[in-house]
Amino acid sequence: MEQCVHLEFEVAGNNFAQAGLASDQVKSTLKKLGIDPQDIRRVAIAMYEGEINMVIHANGGRAYVDIFVDKICINLIDQGKGIENIELAMTPGYSTAPDDVRALGFGAGMGLPNMKKYTDVFNIESEVGKGTKVEMEIHFR
Amino acid sequence: MKVLDAIKKIEADIVNLSDGDREIITGYCGDFLSFVMGKAPQDCCWFTVMTNINVCAVATLADVSLVVLCEGVAPSPELVEKCKTQGVNLAKTKHDVFEAVRRYLNEV
Ligand SMILES: Nc1ncnc2c1ncn2[C@@H]1O[C@H](COP(=O)(O)OP(=O)(O)OP(=O)(O)O)[C@@H](O)[C@H]1O
Ligand SMILES: [Mg+2]
Repeated sequence: MEQCVHLEFEVAGNNFAQAGLASDQVKSTLKKLGIDPQDIRRVAIAMYEGEINMVIHANGGRAYVDIFVDKICINLIDQGKGIENIELAMTPGYSTAPDDVRALGFGAGMGLPNMKKYTDVFNIESEVGKGTKVEMEIHFR
Repeated sequence: MKVLDAIKKIEADIVNLSDGDREIITGYCGDFLSFVMGKAPQDCCWFTVMTNINVCAVATLADVSLVVLCEGVAPSPELVEKCKTQGVNLAKTKHDVFEAVRRYLNEV
């Protein structure tokens, strides 16, 4: 398969001034590549939710993005506190976001459900105390 | 409707205008950012009371045409700054969300 672009980002923990920049950069890259706006939208939603989760819940992490002709693969890897019960975390409305973060508009417990909804492949692996790996693919339609 | 026309109808004040001619085709109301992210349609007018910097990231990524801060809330300086650099149209109004939407829809 023909690979177009590989991108990597450091996502800083608890830094809201920078949160979303990685997703925004991926979005601009896809635009330049002429990807369909509806596909770009799904990528932007899924990646932002994953990025902001690393900012809020994992004290930051790294994003690895591979863009192919027909799909994008996004891997988000952090060394944060991990997720004890992934099924529970995936439940719409479930959130452990602290009050100060809720005051900013986070904590609806819709981030992971959004990521699953807007991606074609979605996997999470997590170990408490070690970190979390989120693997997503969006296939261009 | 164009962004500038919407701002006039809602009786909002411009905080940052990057593209007054941009079209708005629909609307969305909400404050929880994950709901907005997952549900706000492209090219919408987004009515909210959230004033922090994350509003800009969400507006950018969700392709919002205009953000309207309601209830007379003031945007944080960081939000204003980021909207300028990211080219996000931002306005504020004294009206509550219901009233702002009503004016937008011409039902006054
Ligand atoms: N990278 C991560 N590291 C540790 N915990 C995580 C991570 N991502 C998600 N979680 C856990 O899963 C829960 C649900 O995540 P989800 O994104 O659905 O909701 P939220 O971030 O709490 O709120 P929202 O995304 O709606 O603002 C979080 O509250 C948190 O406990
Ligand atoms: Mg989240």
